[in-house]
Amino acid sequence: MNAPEKFVTGAAAQPAIGQSRIHESARAHVAGAATYVDDIPELKGTLHAAPILSKVAHGRLLAVDASEALQMEGVRDVVLARDIPGDPFLATFVHDEPIFARDTVEYVGQVIGVVVAETVMQARRAARQVKVRIEPLPALIDVREAVKQQSFVLPPVTVRRGEPEQGLARAPHRLAGTLDVGGQEHFYLEGQVGYALPLEQGQWMIHSSTQHPAEVQHWIAHALGVPASAVRVDCRRMGGGFGGKETQAGHIALWAALAARKTGRPVKLRLDRDDDFLVTGKRHPFAYDYEVGFDDSGRILGLKLVLAANCGWSADLSGPVADRAVFHVDNAYFLSDVEIVSYRCRTNVQSHTAFRGFGGPQGMIVTEAILGDIARVLGQDPLDVRKANLYGIEERNVTHYAMPVEDNILAPLIARLEQESGYRRRRAEIAQWNAAHPVLRRGIAITPVKFGISFTATFFNQAGALVHVYTDGSVQVNHGGTEMGQGLHTKVCQLVADELGVPFERVRISATDTGKVPNASATAASSGTDLNGRAAQFAARQIRQRLAEYVADKQNCRPEQVIFAHGQVSGPDAVMPWEQLVDDAWHSRVQLWSDGFYRTPKIHYDKNTLTGRPFYYFAYGAACTEVAIDTLTGENRVLKVDILHDVGHSINPAIDMGQIEGGFIQGMGWLTTEQLVWDAQGQLATHAPSTYKIPATGDVPAHLRIALWPEANREDNVGGSKAVGEPPFMLAISVWEALRDAVAAATGHARVALDAPATAENVLKALHG
Amino acid sequence: MESRTIRFSRRGELVSLTNVPPERTLLQVLREDLGATGTKEGCGEGDCGACTVVIAEPDQGRLRYRAINACIRLAHSIDGMALWTVEDLAGSDGALHPAQEAMVQAHGSQCGFCTPGFVMSLFGMYQNHVLRGATVTRELAQEELSGNLCRCTGYRPILDAAQSMAALPRIEQDEQAILRQLEALHAQRASEGVRGASAYLAPLGLPELLRLRAAHPQAQLVAGCTDVGLWVTKMHQQFGQVLDVTQVQELQRIAHDEQHLTIGAAATLTSASEALAAQWPQLAAFFQRFAGLPVRNAGTLGGNVANGSPIGDSMPLLIALGARVVLLSVRGERELPLEQFYTGYRQNVLAGDEVVGWIKVPRTGSPHPGALPQAGEGEEFLRAYKISKRYDDDISAVCLAIRMRLRDGVVEEIGIGAGGVAATPARAVQAEAALRGQPWTAQAARRAAAALGAEFRPISDMRASAAYRAEVLANLVQRFWLETQGHADVNLESFRLAEAALP
Repeated sequence: MNAPEKFVTGAAAQPAIGQSRIHESARAHVAGAATYVDDIPELKGTLHAAPILSKVAHGRLLAVDASEALQMEGVRDVVLARDIPGDPFLATFVHDEPIFARDTVEYVGQVIGVVVAETVMQARRAARQVKVRIEPLPALIDVREAVKQQSFVLPPVTVRRGEPEQGLARAPHRLAGTLDVGGQEHFYLEGQVGYALPLEQGQWMIHSSTQHPAEVQHWIAHALGVPASAVRVDCRRMGGGFGGKETQAGHIALWAALAARKTGRPVKLRLDRDDDFLVTGKRHPFAYDYEVGFDDSGRILGLKLVLAANCGWSADLSGPVADRAVFHVDNAYFLSDVEIVSYRCRTNVQSHTAFRGFGGPQGMIVTEAILGDIARVLGQDPLDVRKANLYGIEERNVTHYAMPVEDNILAPLIARLEQESGYRRRRAEIAQWNAAHPVLRRGIAITPVKFGISFTATFFNQAGALVHVYTDGSVQVNHGGTEMGQGLHTKVCQLVADELGVPFERVRISATDTGKVPNASATAASSGTDLNGRAAQFAARQIRQRLAEYVADKQNCRPEQVIFAHGQVSGPDAVMPWEQLVDDAWHSRVQLWSDGFYRTPKIHYDKNTLTGRPFYYFAYGAACTEVAIDTLTGENRVLKVDILHDVGHSINPAIDMGQIEGGFIQGMGWLTTEQLVWDAQGQLATHAPSTYKIPATGDVPAHLRIALWPEANREDNVGGSKAVGEPPFMLAISVWEALRDAVAAATGHARVALDAPATAENVLKALHG
Repeated sequence: MESRTIRFSRRGELVSLTNVPPERTLLQVLREDLGATGTKEGCGEGDCGACTVVIAEPDQGRLRYRAINACIRLAHSIDGMALWTVEDLAGSDGALHPAQEAMVQAHGSQCGFCTPGFVMSLFGMYQNHVLRGATVTRELAQEELSGNLCRCTGYRPILDAAQSMAALPRIEQDEQAILRQLEALHAQRASEGVRGASAYLAPLGLPELLRLRAAHPQAQLVAGCTDVGLWVTKMHQQFGQVLDVTQVQELQRIAHDEQHLTIGAAATLTSASEALAAQWPQLAAFFQRFAGLPVRNAGTLGGNVANGSPIGDSMPLLIALGARVVLLSVRGERELPLEQFYTGYRQNVLAGDEVVGWIKVPRTGSPHPGALPQAGEGEEFLRAYKISKRYDDDISAVCLAIRMRLRDGVVEEIGIGAGGVAATPARAVQAEAALRGQPWTAQAARRAAAALGAEFRPISDMRASAAYRAEVLANLVQRFWLETQGHADVNLESFRLAEAALP
């Protein structure tokens, strides 16, 4: 089933794939007609919930007094841990997270319960009147302190290859350093929301803005003590996810369901933006210590690296996130002798979670920082040092987790970007310019990306789909993937249209629904199209196969001779419109719908030895970024960006460009303006867009030019494409390296101690350093 | 307390709403009462633009369109106006408006949640610029969309859409019909007057405002609500009674005479900054960085001044310019220097029956606005610097405005206003004293910087540390020194787009 044979060939090549089809919902988006969870017309009797939040980072929860809140206008009930009929812990793998705080609170913003009222504002007002008595305990906020105290959500992991100590010992040059890289709030424009509707006979309908409806279903069934079959979760679309709705949408839906169960009424829970910031986890902040030895060419001979991930108060996805960071420490480079120690630190802040790149960015950035410093110490161009460390083709081609890099296009890709961006010429011009400008300084950097595609938990790499052909010839497709703006549904419709040889417009998608395709994986790890696109393609292929057999029987030919193209079906004897064939086939009792299933081949991974082939293939790219900094204030601007990125054969170039640009700008935000600030008491001080600054229109460089690498995926992947959701995010590391280049130009020092994000304040600090 | 009927024009029809509480927001009314869920709530504080809608009012025989944030707009405040939401643009046959079609063609939407807000900001641009024959440049598009956040696209396709609207078949609103409707509404309101028992008081004239203020000192005074709106959405405040100054004709005016620009307290930040930038063109970039357009379109200069936030951006500049504030009441008027208006953190001298009436700004500008005068001519230098994490639509960590008049190389007049360094916007009295009457030299600039550091004790918060604020304050004086010496390339503002122009 994994080998897609193509029996439609030649003239049948179809127009949908490879075309920049507009997003299947674009016309609805611009007309305000696209429905998000909070837009669904409310059922009569719907109540609204608002969370009761801990104001203390760590403490014993002594008492919750809701008597005053319950007297307030419109308030109907208060739901606490004692109201959970099933397991009071979330049904996560680690099973370490109480659904509502029980005897302790673990961070400022932890949800203790919800207040339910007739209106949203009544519920929110009352939630603040609930009196919570907490006896404070010492709180652990700082990740380095957590390492010292060995406060972990999961045991440390060490990966070793070769002899790093010997590599360091024999290296002619050595550097040691530390680095701190901040987290990132997802800032999906649509905040977290869930709407739970009790149905007859103990059944449930849940509308959730989630990347993982099946997990929401599982969690709710577990907490309510009902079978999964009694809970149906749907999601037509999210207003952005970025990983923030992979697990943590489930909490919101579950809290709504618990309130609905207690009150017997439909309950909607939509978090206020500030509460969303306070309650939900973010990209993991990381702290690093490293020691590196290298030769005169800058080639790394030995590396010892400690990655401390700030996981927050519970495990959530921190295990796989920290794993992916370990897997991506190499980025594009061969590390012959390396030791990586990964700490998964427990602190009293939000439980940090998936975010585009999923630990990959945090793994890569430290190595890029090391390479930038190595180059300056040696007085070489950082690009040359990067090139000296790239993976080879025949040798130096096995990762530190024992996976051969078989599809390496790094060298030609970087060479082309270097040439087309005018990197060498511009570096010389910038040096001249800097010499003449004492206040402003410019910097430039090229950094590559090699990102592994597949869920590292191998079992998630499966997907299902349903394709229905109706008697009028219209086609509906449904699959387990969710739409968060990435264009998954559009690509799937393109694939199905081509498979059936019908116009793109004949294929419609319906909401992701656990009642249609069960047990689906999260839409994450950039894998949405790879998995679901193929599953849908296979479903459509089975229908086509049946129709081909039906035509072959009529026309007395082989099914392979029946061609589906341009809304027509042709055999040796006759051509007929698709609609006519469908109607004929239905009257002849041919099954016009089918399922499809796909599982990614080749992958395997041993959790104990941390070796294997966790990834089906790698996606590649590189970016050249030029910046300017102000040495008086530390202010900085991105001036010019050239990107060359590998999406294989693009199924939809416009959508892929959108992912590349959007991912890059989001990554730029992570490393420049987006700063999360927790105070000493563990209160997140940046909890709204007024204090937390994602990039705005004025931050987009006027020159942002993107080219696509022309080659198809060398592995057999849907349409010859490659995954595109996450890899471009890490191209933004070039922004940070360019800023460090500019700082070095100003200070004249090889070492640049710039922590991320490079706010004006951090840049000014680096200029002093 | 009774609630007066809200009447506004939408899709050419009159909408009437009764029993709307005074603190209810326009977004709540749209989504919850009218079932118009196309407009989204992204943040509830006017910082993301997902809730952008367009309002229009008569202005000299035509309609003046403004994109505003519905989430922090009190519903009562649009009484008498025309309103467009994202649902109102497409034709009855479903044909998309150019603001919408351009977004579709440019692949300007991904998740679609910010899209209605962008479409409405584009619609505002279409009415204010495209239909008036102006070219939408990339700079204009960036400026007008600075209050709309998108987390998916990286903005480029949206900026492309802004620039391609004009090429699509033109669609115009029936302005004359709307004007007739609004004039009828206005006449009706004028004849009804304002009943003091009403929960939402929105007088149309100044005498009526002063009378109501005297009679209802407990009423919450509001202007553009770009801060008060957050008291409602984030602090869950409810108001017994609201007194809205924005409809008062006299206070909307901006007057020029030989000596002063006199800006009415109800003039929007957009109008006020246009007037100030006309006098001092070097301030244009500073005003573009003041919040986002929907906030500037709703907020007022008087509101910014009266609110008195220590991080408000207009006050340091106004203090540097020597602005005075005129307070009005039924008892008469009084005038005082702006810095004397503040008595503590968000506290001021306003009496219970007083309102801010006008801000009087001395017209000190050079006789040749636009050009930065050369040193040694006996002329004025004026600069306003803002340091924030994000270039656009952010709150200052530090704001410093310096106005200096030199004669024969000696500082004849000096005004320095600072924000983000004390509990109130402040005049840098010691730094001024260090410079007044002194030759303007590098050494004098260093002395001024040291004096600045000595007279303020900024705090550490999520925007910046105290040490950074103090250091930057001094370094900005250095920047000012360099700029007065004719150095280019000492400020990233000059880099904005020039260096990266496409070859």
